Amino acid sequence: MTLDVQLAHDFGGFALDVEFAAPDGVTVLFGRSGSGKTSVVNAVAGILRPDRGKVMAQGIVLTDTARGLHLPPFRRRIGYVFQEPRLFPHLTVAQNLGFGRWFAPRNAAGASPERIITLLGLEHLLARRPLALSGGEKQRVAIGRAILSKPRLLLMDEPLAALDAARRDEILPYLERLREELGLPILYVSHSAVEVARLATTLVLIEGGRVRKAGPAAQLMADPALAPAFGLRELGAVIRAEVAAHEDDGLTRLTASAGSLWVPHVDMAPGTHLRLRVPASDVTLALRRPEGVSALNILPARITAIRRGDGPGALVQLDCGGELLLARVTQRSVEGMGLAPGMDLYVMLKALSVAPQNMGGD
Amino acid sequence: MTGWLPPEAATAVWLSLRVSFWATVLSLPLAVLVALLLARGRFPGRGLLNGLVHLPLILPPVVTGYLLLLAFGRNGPVGSWLHEAFGITLAFRWTGAVLAAAVMAFPLTVRAIRLSVEAVDPKLEQAAATLGASRLMVFLTVTLPLILPGVLVGAVLAFAKAMGEFGATITFVSNIPGQTQTLPSAIYAFLSVPGGDEAALRLVLISIAIALGALALAEWLGRVVARRIGAP
Repeated sequence: MTLDVQLAHDFGGFALDVEFAAPDGVTVLFGRSGSGKTSVVNAVAGILRPDRGKVMAQGIVLTDTARGLHLPPFRRRIGYVFQEPRLFPHLTVAQNLGFGRWFAPRNAAGASPERIITLLGLEHLLARRPLALSGGEKQRVAIGRAILSKPRLLLMDEPLAALDAARRDEILPYLERLREELGLPILYVSHSAVEVARLATTLVLIEGGRVRKAGPAAQLMADPALAPAFGLRELGAVIRAEVAAHEDDGLTRLTASAGSLWVPHVDMAPGTHLRLRVPASDVTLALRRPEGVSALNILPARITAIRRGDGPGALVQLDCGGELLLARVTQRSVEGMGLAPGMDLYVMLKALSVAPQNMGGD
Repeated sequence: MTGWLPPEAATAVWLSLRVSFWATVLSLPLAVLVALLLARGRFPGRGLLNGLVHLPLILPPVVTGYLLLLAFGRNGPVGSWLHEAFGITLAFRWTGAVLAAAVMAFPLTVRAIRLSVEAVDPKLEQAAATLGASRLMVFLTVTLPLILPGVLVGAVLAFAKAMGEFGATITFVSNIPGQTQTLPSAIYAFLSVPGGDEAALRLVLISIAIALGALALAEWLGRVVARRIGAP
Protein backbone atom coordinates (compact mmCIF):
# COMPACT_ATOMS: atom_id res chain seq x y z
CA MET A 1 0.00 0.00 0.00
CA THR A 2 1.09 3.55 -0.66
CA LEU A 3 0.12 4.71 2.78
CA ASP A 4 -0.67 2.68 5.89
CA VAL A 5 -2.10 4.55 8.82
CA GLN A 6 -2.91 3.26 12.24
CA LEU A 7 -3.42 5.88 14.93
CA ALA A 8 -4.80 6.35 18.40
CA HIS A 9 -4.71 9.66 20.15
CA ASP A 10 -6.58 11.05 23.12
CA PHE A 11 -7.30 14.77 22.83
CA GLY A 12 -9.07 14.82 26.19
CA GLY A 13 -12.77 14.60 25.45
CA PHE A 14 -12.19 13.41 21.89
CA ALA A 15 -10.51 10.15 21.02
CA LEU A 16 -9.10 9.40 17.61
CA ASP A 17 -8.74 5.74 16.69
CA VAL A 18 -8.36 5.05 12.98
CA GLU A 19 -6.80 2.48 10.74
CA PHE A 20 -6.81 2.48 6.96
CA ALA A 21 -4.63 1.82 3.95
CA ALA A 22 -4.52 4.08 0.93
CA PRO A 23 -3.58 2.76 -2.53
CA ASP A 24 -2.28 4.99 -5.33
CA GLY A 25 -4.55 7.72 -6.60
CA VAL A 26 -6.61 10.12 -4.55
CA THR A 27 -7.79 8.88 -1.18
CA VAL A 28 -10.41 11.17 0.29
CA LEU A 29 -10.91 11.33 4.05
CA PHE A 30 -14.55 12.26 4.23
CA GLY A 31 -16.49 13.34 7.28
CA ARG A 32 -18.06 16.22 9.16
CA SER A 33 -15.92 18.92 10.67
CA GLY A 34 -14.68 17.79 14.06
CA SER A 35 -14.60 14.13 13.04
CA GLY A 36 -10.81 13.99 13.26
CA LYS A 37 -9.81 14.23 9.58
CA THR A 38 -7.28 17.02 10.03
CA SER A 39 -5.70 15.23 12.98
CA VAL A 40 -5.14 12.18 10.81
CA VAL A 41 -3.46 14.30 8.15
CA ASN A 42 -1.37 16.12 10.76
CA ALA A 43 -0.18 12.79 12.13
CA VAL A 44 0.88 11.71 8.64
CA ALA A 45 2.73 15.03 8.22
CA GLY A 46 4.41 14.59 11.60
CA ILE A 47 2.87 17.73 13.08
CA LEU A 48 0.82 15.63 15.51
CA ARG A 49 2.63 12.98 17.51
CA PRO A 50 0.05 10.29 18.24
CA ASP A 51 -0.19 8.49 21.59
CA ARG A 52 -0.02 5.17 19.79
CA GLY A 53 0.26 4.17 16.18
CA LYS A 54 2.24 3.48 13.08
CA VAL A 55 2.40 5.44 9.84
CA MET A 56 4.13 4.08 6.76
CA ALA A 57 4.40 5.82 3.38
CA GLN A 58 5.71 3.81 0.44
CA GLY A 59 7.32 1.32 2.76
CA ILE A 60 9.10 3.93 4.86
CA VAL A 61 8.17 4.06 8.54
CA LEU A 62 7.43 7.65 9.53
CA THR A 63 5.99 7.03 12.97
CA ASP A 64 6.09 3.90 15.08
CA THR A 65 5.28 4.63 18.70
CA ALA A 66 6.06 1.04 19.70
CA ARG A 67 9.67 1.72 18.70
CA GLY A 68 9.62 5.31 19.90
CA LEU A 69 10.12 6.50 16.33
CA HIS A 70 8.71 9.79 15.08
CA LEU A 71 10.36 11.56 12.15
CA PRO A 72 10.03 15.35 12.35
CA PRO A 73 7.99 16.94 9.53
CA PHE A 74 11.03 18.27 7.68
CA ARG A 75 12.51 14.79 7.28
CA ARG A 76 9.33 13.10 6.00
CA ARG A 77 9.11 14.45 2.46
CA ILE A 78 5.34 14.63 2.70
CA GLY A 79 3.85 17.62 0.88
CA TYR A 80 1.08 19.47 2.67
CA VAL A 81 -1.46 21.86 1.20
CA PHE A 82 -3.26 23.51 4.10
CA GLN A 83 -6.73 25.05 4.20
CA GLU A 84 -5.11 28.47 3.93
CA PRO A 85 -2.36 28.97 1.34
CA ARG A 86 0.34 29.89 3.89
CA LEU A 87 2.57 31.44 1.24
CA PHE A 88 5.70 33.20 2.43
CA PRO A 89 4.88 36.91 2.13
CA HIS A 90 8.52 37.99 1.78
CA LEU A 91 9.11 35.80 -1.27
CA THR A 92 7.85 36.06 -4.84
CA VAL A 93 5.67 33.36 -6.34
CA ALA A 94 8.74 31.89 -8.09
CA GLN A 95 10.68 31.86 -4.82
CA ASN A 96 7.75 30.31 -2.97
CA LEU A 97 7.59 27.58 -5.61
CA GLY A 98 11.32 26.96 -5.32
CA PHE A 99 11.36 26.87 -1.53
CA GLY A 100 10.83 23.14 -1.03
CA ARG A 101 13.00 22.19 -3.98
CA TRP A 102 15.95 23.67 -2.14
CA PHE A 103 15.65 21.11 0.63
CA ALA A 104 14.63 18.10 -1.49
CA PRO A 105 17.27 15.50 -2.34
CA ARG A 106 18.84 16.35 -5.71
CA ASN A 107 18.25 12.87 -7.14
CA ALA A 108 14.63 12.53 -5.95
CA ALA A 109 12.04 11.96 -8.64
CA GLY A 110 9.57 14.73 -9.25
CA ALA A 111 7.96 16.84 -11.90
CA SER A 112 9.98 19.74 -13.31
CA PRO A 113 9.08 23.29 -12.24
CA GLU A 114 8.19 24.21 -15.84
CA ARG A 115 5.68 21.38 -16.02
CA ILE A 116 4.01 22.24 -12.72
CA ILE A 117 3.91 25.94 -13.58
CA THR A 118 2.15 25.11 -16.85
CA LEU A 119 -0.13 22.55 -15.26
CA LEU A 120 -1.29 25.03 -12.61
CA GLY A 121 -1.34 28.03 -14.95
CA LEU A 122 1.12 30.07 -12.93
CA GLU A 123 3.27 31.47 -15.78
CA HIS A 124 2.08 35.06 -15.47
CA LEU A 125 2.25 35.12 -11.67
CA LEU A 126 5.90 34.20 -11.11
CA ALA A 127 7.27 37.68 -10.41
CA ARG A 128 4.41 38.70 -8.12
CA ARG A 129 4.25 38.63 -4.35
CA PRO A 130 1.54 36.61 -2.57
CA LEU A 131 -0.17 39.81 -1.43
CA ALA A 132 -1.00 40.64 -5.06
CA LEU A 133 -2.73 37.31 -5.76
CA SER A 134 -6.38 36.30 -5.58
CA GLY A 135 -7.46 33.54 -3.20
CA GLY A 136 -7.62 30.95 -5.96
CA GLU A 137 -4.21 31.95 -7.34
CA LYS A 138 -2.66 31.73 -3.88
CA GLN A 139 -3.98 28.22 -3.37
CA ARG A 140 -2.66 27.15 -6.79
CA VAL A 141 0.78 28.46 -5.84
CA ALA A 142 0.56 26.59 -2.52
CA ILE A 143 -0.27 23.38 -4.38
CA GLY A 144 2.65 23.91 -6.78
CA ARG A 145 5.00 24.67 -3.92
CA ALA A 146 4.07 21.43 -2.15
CA ILE A 147 4.45 19.34 -5.31
CA LEU A 148 7.82 20.86 -6.20
CA SER A 149 9.26 19.79 -2.85
CA LYS A 150 9.29 16.32 -4.49
CA PRO A 151 7.13 14.65 -1.86
CA ARG A 152 6.43 10.92 -1.54
CA LEU A 153 2.82 11.74 -0.89
CA LEU A 154 0.71 14.88 -1.00
CA LEU A 155 -1.65 15.85 1.82
CA MET A 156 -4.46 18.27 1.08
CA ASP A 157 -6.59 19.45 3.98
CA GLU A 158 -9.75 20.93 2.45
CA PRO A 159 -7.70 23.08 0.10
CA LEU A 160 -10.88 24.59 -1.34
CA ALA A 161 -12.70 25.26 1.93
CA ALA A 162 -11.54 28.85 2.26
CA LEU A 163 -12.60 29.73 -1.30
CA ASP A 164 -15.94 30.80 -2.73
CA ALA A 165 -17.79 28.58 -5.19
CA ALA A 166 -16.37 30.28 -8.27
CA ARG A 167 -12.76 29.91 -7.09
CA ARG A 168 -13.46 26.29 -6.15
CA ASP A 169 -14.64 25.55 -9.68
CA GLU A 170 -11.51 27.28 -10.93
CA ILE A 171 -9.19 24.97 -8.97
CA LEU A 172 -10.94 21.60 -9.25
CA PRO A 173 -9.91 21.04 -12.89
CA TYR A 174 -6.28 21.68 -11.92
CA LEU A 175 -6.53 19.04 -9.18
CA GLU A 176 -7.99 16.59 -11.67
CA ARG A 177 -5.10 17.22 -14.05
CA LEU A 178 -2.60 16.70 -11.26
CA ARG A 179 -4.16 13.39 -10.34
CA GLU A 180 -4.12 12.19 -13.93
CA GLU A 181 -0.74 13.44 -15.04
CA LEU A 182 1.58 13.20 -12.05
CA GLY A 183 0.68 9.87 -10.47
CA LEU A 184 1.46 11.43 -7.10
CA PRO A 185 -0.55 9.73 -4.35
CA ILE A 186 -2.82 12.22 -2.61
CA LEU A 187 -4.55 12.06 0.76
CA TYR A 188 -7.35 14.60 0.50
CA VAL A 189 -9.56 15.83 3.33
CA SER A 190 -13.04 16.95 2.39
CA HIS A 191 -16.59 17.26 3.60
CA SER A 192 -18.00 17.96 0.15
CA ALA A 193 -19.64 15.12 -1.74
CA VAL A 194 -19.03 17.02 -4.96
CA GLU A 195 -15.28 17.01 -4.42
CA VAL A 196 -15.41 13.31 -3.58
CA ALA A 197 -17.32 12.60 -6.79
CA ARG A 198 -14.79 14.48 -8.90
CA LEU A 199 -11.55 13.44 -7.25
CA ALA A 200 -11.76 10.31 -5.14
CA THR A 201 -10.34 6.96 -6.13
CA THR A 202 -10.62 5.60 -2.61
CA LEU A 203 -12.88 6.85 0.10
CA VAL A 204 -12.39 6.67 3.88
CA LEU A 205 -15.48 7.71 5.79
CA ILE A 206 -14.64 9.09 9.21
CA GLU A 207 -17.17 9.56 11.97
CA GLY A 208 -16.42 10.64 15.52
CA GLY A 209 -12.73 9.81 15.29
CA ARG A 210 -13.25 6.37 13.80
CA VAL A 211 -13.32 4.87 10.32
CA ARG A 212 -16.92 4.06 9.48
CA LYS A 213 -16.09 2.53 6.12
CA ALA A 214 -13.27 2.52 3.59
CA GLY A 215 -13.17 1.30 0.01
CA PRO A 216 -13.38 2.21 -3.68
CA ALA A 217 -15.12 5.57 -4.01
CA ALA A 218 -17.71 4.53 -6.62
CA GLN A 219 -18.89 1.66 -4.47
CA LEU A 220 -19.22 3.69 -1.28
CA MET A 221 -20.95 6.61 -2.96
CA ALA A 222 -23.64 4.29 -4.32
CA ASP A 223 -24.20 2.55 -0.99
CA PRO A 224 -27.67 3.52 0.30
CA ALA A 225 -26.64 2.62 3.85
CA LEU A 226 -23.99 5.35 3.79
CA ALA A 227 -26.31 7.98 2.30
CA PRO A 228 -26.84 9.90 5.55
CA ALA A 229 -23.08 10.43 5.80
CA PHE A 230 -23.01 12.22 2.44
CA GLY A 231 -26.19 14.18 3.07
CA LEU A 232 -29.29 13.66 0.94
CA ARG A 233 -28.88 16.88 -0.99
CA GLU A 234 -25.44 16.05 -2.28
CA LEU A 235 -26.09 12.35 -2.71
CA GLY A 236 -25.15 10.89 -6.03
CA ALA A 237 -23.33 8.06 -7.73
CA VAL A 238 -20.49 8.32 -10.17
CA ILE A 239 -20.18 6.25 -13.32
CA ARG A 240 -17.48 5.95 -15.95
CA ALA A 241 -17.99 6.94 -19.54
CA GLU A 242 -16.02 7.67 -22.69
CA VAL A 243 -16.51 10.49 -25.18
CA ALA A 244 -17.88 8.85 -28.34
CA ALA A 245 -18.65 11.71 -30.72
CA HIS A 246 -19.58 15.37 -30.93
CA GLU A 247 -22.85 15.62 -32.80
CA ASP A 248 -24.12 18.34 -35.10
CA ASP A 249 -26.80 19.65 -32.78
CA GLY A 250 -24.25 20.61 -30.11
CA LEU A 251 -24.59 17.51 -27.97
CA THR A 252 -21.79 15.12 -27.12
CA ARG A 253 -22.48 11.40 -27.17
CA LEU A 254 -20.89 9.39 -24.40
CA THR A 255 -20.59 5.65 -24.10
CA ALA A 256 -21.22 4.15 -20.69
CA SER A 257 -21.23 0.42 -20.06
CA ALA A 258 -25.05 0.39 -20.10
CA GLY A 259 -25.47 2.37 -23.32
CA SER A 260 -25.22 5.78 -24.92
CA LEU A 261 -25.76 9.07 -23.09
CA TRP A 262 -26.04 12.60 -24.47
CA VAL A 263 -24.81 15.67 -22.67
CA PRO A 264 -24.35 19.31 -23.72
CA HIS A 265 -21.08 19.76 -25.61
CA VAL A 266 -18.05 18.58 -23.67
CA ASP A 267 -14.73 20.06 -24.73
CA MET A 268 -12.85 16.76 -24.82
CA ALA A 269 -11.56 14.64 -27.67
CA PRO A 270 -13.41 11.41 -28.58
CA GLY A 271 -11.88 8.52 -26.65
CA THR A 272 -11.36 10.60 -23.52
CA HIS A 273 -12.40 8.84 -20.34
CA LEU A 274 -14.48 10.80 -17.90
CA ARG A 275 -16.57 10.43 -14.82
CA LEU A 276 -20.21 11.31 -14.68
CA ARG A 277 -21.83 12.33 -11.49
CA VAL A 278 -25.46 11.32 -11.32
CA PRO A 279 -27.30 13.04 -8.45
CA ALA A 280 -29.75 10.65 -6.80
CA SER A 281 -32.56 13.20 -7.00
CA ASP A 282 -32.17 13.47 -10.78
CA VAL A 283 -32.80 9.79 -11.49
CA THR A 284 -36.38 8.82 -12.44
CA LEU A 285 -37.50 5.19 -12.52
CA ALA A 286 -39.87 3.64 -15.07
CA LEU A 287 -41.19 0.08 -15.22
CA ARG A 288 -41.36 0.04 -19.03
CA ARG A 289 -39.15 1.80 -21.54
CA PRO A 290 -40.67 5.29 -21.53
CA GLU A 291 -41.83 6.73 -24.82
CA GLY A 292 -42.89 10.22 -25.69
CA VAL A 293 -40.77 11.83 -23.00
CA SER A 294 -38.29 14.62 -23.48
CA ALA A 295 -35.53 12.87 -21.55
CA LEU A 296 -32.75 11.65 -23.85
CA ASN A 297 -30.88 9.49 -21.43
CA ILE A 298 -32.73 6.29 -20.71
CA LEU A 299 -30.89 3.14 -19.69
CA PRO A 300 -31.94 -0.33 -18.55
CA ALA A 301 -31.11 -1.19 -14.95
CA ARG A 302 -31.77 -3.71 -12.22
CA ILE A 303 -32.63 -2.90 -8.60
CA THR A 304 -30.00 -4.19 -6.20
CA ALA A 305 -31.18 -2.68 -2.91
CA ILE A 306 -33.83 -0.43 -1.44
CA ARG A 307 -33.44 1.57 1.72
CA ARG A 308 -36.37 3.36 3.29
CA GLY A 309 -35.62 6.61 5.07
CA ASP A 310 -37.20 7.97 8.22
CA GLY A 311 -39.23 10.46 6.19
CA PRO A 312 -41.32 9.85 3.08
CA GLY A 313 -38.30 9.08 0.92
CA ALA A 314 -36.48 5.94 -0.12
CA LEU A 315 -33.19 5.24 -1.83
CA VAL A 316 -32.97 2.71 -4.61
CA GLN A 317 -29.61 1.27 -5.62
CA LEU A 318 -29.43 0.13 -9.22
CA ASP A 319 -27.04 -1.91 -11.27
CA CYS A 320 -26.73 -0.16 -14.59
CA GLY A 321 -24.48 -2.16 -16.89
CA GLY A 322 -22.22 -3.15 -14.01
CA GLU A 323 -22.06 0.33 -12.50
CA LEU A 324 -23.99 1.40 -9.44
CA LEU A 325 -26.51 4.23 -9.46
CA LEU A 326 -28.62 5.69 -6.70
CA ALA A 327 -32.17 6.99 -7.16
CA ARG A 328 -34.05 9.00 -4.59
CA VAL A 329 -37.77 8.36 -4.80
CA THR A 330 -40.74 8.48 -2.46
CA GLN A 331 -41.85 5.48 -0.44
CA ARG A 332 -45.24 5.91 -2.10
CA SER A 333 -43.60 5.24 -5.48
CA VAL A 334 -41.85 2.18 -4.09
CA GLU A 335 -45.20 0.80 -2.95
CA GLY A 336 -47.16 1.89 -6.01
CA MET A 337 -44.66 0.52 -8.52
CA GLY A 338 -44.04 -2.57 -6.43
CA LEU A 339 -40.27 -2.02 -6.50
CA ALA A 340 -38.16 -4.82 -5.11
CA PRO A 341 -34.56 -5.95 -5.39
CA GLY A 342 -33.95 -8.01 -8.52
CA MET A 343 -36.49 -6.10 -10.62
CA ASP A 344 -35.52 -4.94 -14.11
CA LEU A 345 -36.62 -1.44 -15.10
CA TYR A 346 -35.45 1.75 -16.81
CA VAL A 347 -33.80 4.84 -15.46
CA MET A 348 -34.15 8.35 -16.86
CA LEU A 349 -31.24 10.60 -16.08
CA LYS A 350 -31.87 14.33 -16.02
CA ALA A 351 -28.89 16.40 -15.00
CA LEU A 352 -25.54 14.79 -15.62
CA SER A 353 -22.44 16.57 -14.53
CA VAL A 354 -19.33 15.69 -16.37
CA ALA A 355 -15.93 15.59 -14.78
CA PRO A 356 -12.89 14.59 -16.73
CA GLN A 357 -10.86 11.46 -16.24
CA ASN A 358 -11.12 8.04 -14.88
CA MET A 359 -12.42 6.55 -11.77
CA GLY A 360 -10.05 4.55 -9.71
CA GLY A 361 -9.66 0.87 -10.26
CA ASP A 362 -9.22 1.04 -13.98
CA MET B 1 34.34 74.00 12.35
CA THR B 2 37.51 74.04 14.47
CA GLY B 3 36.90 75.95 17.60
CA TRP B 4 33.14 75.55 17.33
CA LEU B 5 33.44 72.48 19.55
CA PRO B 6 36.16 72.12 22.21
CA PRO B 7 38.42 69.10 21.46
CA GLU B 8 37.32 67.18 24.56
CA ALA B 9 33.68 67.65 23.51
CA ALA B 10 34.43 66.33 20.01
CA THR B 11 36.18 63.34 21.58
CA ALA B 12 33.10 62.69 23.69
CA VAL B 13 30.82 62.74 20.61
CA TRP B 14 33.11 60.34 18.78
CA LEU B 15 33.36 58.04 21.83
CA SER B 16 29.59 57.99 22.26
CA LEU B 17 29.09 57.02 18.60
CA ARG B 18 31.65 54.24 18.98
CA VAL B 19 30.16 52.99 22.27
CA SER B 20 26.61 53.06 20.88
CA PHE B 21 27.62 51.25 17.69
CA TRP B 22 29.30 48.40 19.55
CA ALA B 23 26.59 48.21 22.21
CA THR B 24 23.99 47.84 19.43
CA VAL B 25 25.91 45.37 17.28
CA LEU B 26 26.98 43.14 20.15
CA SER B 27 23.64 43.02 21.95
CA LEU B 28 21.44 42.51 18.87
CA PRO B 29 21.98 38.74 18.30
CA LEU B 30 21.42 38.06 21.99
CA ALA B 31 18.32 40.26 21.95
CA VAL B 32 16.90 38.27 18.99
CA LEU B 33 17.58 35.02 20.84
CA VAL B 34 15.99 36.24 24.08
CA ALA B 35 13.00 37.69 22.18
CA LEU B 36 12.47 34.31 20.48
CA LEU B 37 12.72 32.51 23.82
CA LEU B 38 10.25 34.86 25.47
CA ALA B 39 7.79 34.87 22.56
CA ARG B 40 7.87 31.17 21.71
CA GLY B 41 9.62 29.29 24.48
CA ARG B 42 7.76 27.20 27.04
CA PHE B 43 10.30 26.46 29.72
CA PRO B 44 10.63 26.83 33.48
CA GLY B 45 12.22 30.13 34.39
CA ARG B 46 10.68 32.01 31.48
CA GLY B 47 9.13 34.52 33.89
CA LEU B 48 12.45 34.93 35.66
CA LEU B 49 14.24 35.61 32.37
CA ASN B 50 11.57 38.13 31.43
CA GLY B 51 12.01 39.91 34.77
CA LEU B 52 15.78 39.90 34.50
CA VAL B 53 15.70 41.40 31.00
CA HIS B 54 13.37 44.16 32.10
CA LEU B 55 15.22 44.98 35.32
CA PRO B 56 17.40 47.78 33.83
CA LEU B 57 14.21 49.48 32.62
CA ILE B 58 12.76 49.76 36.13
CA LEU B 59 15.81 50.05 38.35
CA PRO B 60 17.38 53.46 38.88
CA PRO B 61 20.29 53.61 36.38
CA VAL B 62 22.68 54.30 39.25
CA VAL B 63 21.69 50.99 40.80
CA THR B 64 22.27 49.15 37.53
CA GLY B 65 25.67 50.83 37.21
CA TYR B 66 26.59 49.89 40.74
CA LEU B 67 25.49 46.28 40.19
CA LEU B 68 27.65 46.19 37.07
CA LEU B 69 30.54 47.51 39.12
CA LEU B 70 29.98 44.81 41.75
CA ALA B 71 29.86 42.03 39.15
CA PHE B 72 32.28 43.30 36.48
CA GLY B 73 34.66 45.42 38.60
CA ARG B 74 38.25 44.23 38.95
CA ASN B 75 37.34 42.46 42.20
CA GLY B 76 33.87 41.35 41.13
CA PRO B 77 33.24 37.64 40.35
CA VAL B 78 32.85 38.11 36.59
CA GLY B 79 35.31 40.99 36.31
CA SER B 80 38.16 39.16 38.02
CA TRP B 81 37.56 36.07 35.89
CA LEU B 82 37.54 38.12 32.67
CA HIS B 83 40.76 39.80 33.77
CA GLU B 84 42.56 36.60 34.66
CA ALA B 85 41.31 34.47 31.78
CA PHE B 86 41.36 37.00 28.92
CA GLY B 87 43.06 40.08 30.31
CA ILE B 88 39.86 42.06 29.72
CA THR B 89 39.04 44.93 32.03
CA LEU B 90 35.68 46.66 31.75
CA ALA B 91 35.38 48.97 34.75
CA PHE B 92 36.55 52.54 34.06
CA ARG B 93 37.26 51.70 30.39
CA TRP B 94 35.31 52.59 27.26
CA THR B 95 34.54 48.88 26.82
CA GLY B 96 32.70 49.11 30.14
CA ALA B 97 30.65 51.96 28.71
CA VAL B 98 29.68 49.59 25.87
CA LEU B 99 28.50 47.02 28.42
CA ALA B 100 26.56 49.60 30.45
CA ALA B 101 24.86 50.99 27.33
CA ALA B 102 24.05 47.48 26.05
CA VAL B 103 22.51 46.42 29.35
CA MET B 104 20.42 49.57 29.61
CA ALA B 105 19.19 49.32 26.01
CA PHE B 106 18.55 45.55 26.13
CA PRO B 107 14.93 45.63 27.42
CA LEU B 108 13.90 48.08 24.70
CA THR B 109 15.49 46.00 21.95
CA VAL B 110 14.00 42.75 23.24
CA ARG B 111 10.53 44.29 23.47
CA ALA B 112 10.64 45.59 19.90
CA ILE B 113 11.85 42.28 18.49
CA ARG B 114 9.51 40.23 20.64
CA LEU B 115 6.50 42.11 19.27
CA SER B 116 7.55 41.31 15.71
CA VAL B 117 8.17 37.64 16.58
CA GLU B 118 4.67 37.43 18.02
CA ALA B 119 3.32 38.87 14.77
CA VAL B 120 4.85 36.02 12.74
CA ASP B 121 2.25 33.33 12.02
CA PRO B 122 3.65 30.01 13.32
CA LYS B 123 1.64 28.35 10.55
CA LEU B 124 4.12 29.76 8.02
CA GLU B 125 6.96 28.13 9.93
CA GLN B 126 5.00 24.88 10.05
CA ALA B 127 4.51 25.06 6.29
CA ALA B 128 8.26 25.60 5.82
CA ALA B 129 8.93 22.50 7.93
CA THR B 130 6.64 20.35 5.76
CA LEU B 131 8.62 21.63 2.76
CA GLY B 132 11.77 20.13 4.25
CA ALA B 133 13.33 23.02 6.17
CA SER B 134 15.00 22.15 9.48
CA ARG B 135 14.41 24.41 12.50
CA LEU B 136 17.53 26.43 11.77
CA MET B 137 16.61 26.83 8.09
CA VAL B 138 13.05 27.81 9.03
CA PHE B 139 14.50 30.54 11.22
CA LEU B 140 16.94 31.79 8.59
CA THR B 141 14.58 31.66 5.59
CA VAL B 142 11.20 32.50 7.11
CA THR B 143 11.28 33.85 10.66
CA LEU B 144 14.30 36.16 10.40
CA PRO B 145 13.22 37.90 7.18
CA LEU B 146 9.74 38.43 8.62
CA ILE B 147 10.99 39.93 11.92
CA LEU B 148 13.59 42.10 10.19
CA PRO B 149 11.54 45.32 10.58
CA GLY B 150 11.29 44.65 14.31
CA VAL B 151 15.01 43.92 14.53
CA LEU B 152 15.77 47.21 12.78
CA VAL B 153 13.47 49.15 15.09
CA GLY B 154 15.13 47.40 18.03
CA ALA B 155 18.57 48.32 16.72
CA VAL B 156 17.69 51.99 16.31
CA LEU B 157 16.12 52.08 19.77
CA ALA B 158 19.24 50.45 21.20
CA PHE B 159 21.50 52.96 19.45
CA ALA B 160 19.43 55.94 20.61
CA LYS B 161 19.24 54.64 24.17
CA ALA B 162 23.00 53.99 24.19
CA MET B 163 23.71 57.53 22.94
CA GLY B 164 21.74 58.94 25.87
CA GLU B 165 22.78 56.53 28.60
CA PHE B 166 24.20 58.42 31.56
CA GLY B 167 23.50 57.08 35.04
CA ALA B 168 24.73 53.51 34.73
CA THR B 169 27.68 54.59 32.58
CA ILE B 170 28.98 57.26 34.95
CA THR B 171 28.62 54.90 37.91
CA PHE B 172 30.35 51.96 36.20
CA VAL B 173 33.09 53.67 34.17
CA SER B 174 33.15 57.17 35.68
CA ASN B 175 33.64 60.33 33.61
CA ILE B 176 37.25 60.37 32.46
CA PRO B 177 37.75 62.87 29.62
CA GLY B 178 39.14 61.17 26.52
CA GLN B 179 38.57 57.70 27.97
CA THR B 180 35.09 57.17 29.34
CA GLN B 181 33.51 60.57 28.88
CA THR B 182 30.50 59.99 26.63
CA LEU B 183 28.31 62.72 25.17
CA PRO B 184 25.89 62.95 28.11
CA SER B 185 28.77 62.80 30.62
CA ALA B 186 30.47 65.64 28.72
CA ILE B 187 27.34 67.78 28.83
CA TYR B 188 27.13 67.11 32.55
CA ALA B 189 30.81 68.02 32.97
CA PHE B 190 30.54 71.23 30.95
CA LEU B 191 27.48 72.30 32.90
CA SER B 192 29.30 71.90 36.21
CA VAL B 193 32.19 74.23 35.31
CA PRO B 194 31.84 78.03 34.96
CA GLY B 195 31.58 79.15 31.30
CA GLY B 196 30.81 75.66 30.07
CA ASP B 197 27.21 76.45 29.05
CA GLU B 198 28.02 77.25 25.46
CA ALA B 199 29.90 73.98 24.81
CA ALA B 200 27.12 72.09 26.59
CA LEU B 201 24.51 73.71 24.35
CA ARG B 202 26.45 72.74 21.24
CA LEU B 203 26.64 69.16 22.46
CA VAL B 204 22.90 69.25 23.08
CA LEU B 205 22.35 70.33 19.46
CA ILE B 206 24.56 67.49 18.22
CA SER B 207 22.68 65.10 20.44
CA ILE B 208 19.34 66.19 18.97
CA ALA B 209 20.69 65.95 15.41
CA ILE B 210 21.97 62.41 15.93
CA ALA B 211 18.67 61.33 17.50
CA LEU B 212 16.61 62.79 14.64
CA GLY B 213 18.99 61.28 12.08
CA ALA B 214 18.66 57.84 13.65
CA LEU B 215 14.87 58.16 13.65
CA ALA B 216 14.78 59.16 9.98
CA LEU B 217 17.10 56.27 9.09
CA ALA B 218 14.85 53.84 10.96
CA GLU B 219 11.74 55.14 9.15
CA TRP B 220 13.42 54.79 5.77
CA LEU B 221 14.83 51.32 6.48
CA GLY B 222 11.46 50.23 7.81
CA ARG B 223 9.77 51.32 4.58
CA VAL B 224 12.36 49.60 2.39
CA VAL B 225 12.15 46.35 4.34
CA ALA B 226 8.36 46.40 4.51
CA ARG B 227 8.27 46.74 0.72
CA ARG B 228 10.74 43.88 0.35
CA ILE B 229 8.82 41.47 2.54
CA GLY B 230 5.54 42.38 0.91
CA ALA B 231 3.86 43.85 3.98
CA PRO B 232 0.98 46.21 3.22
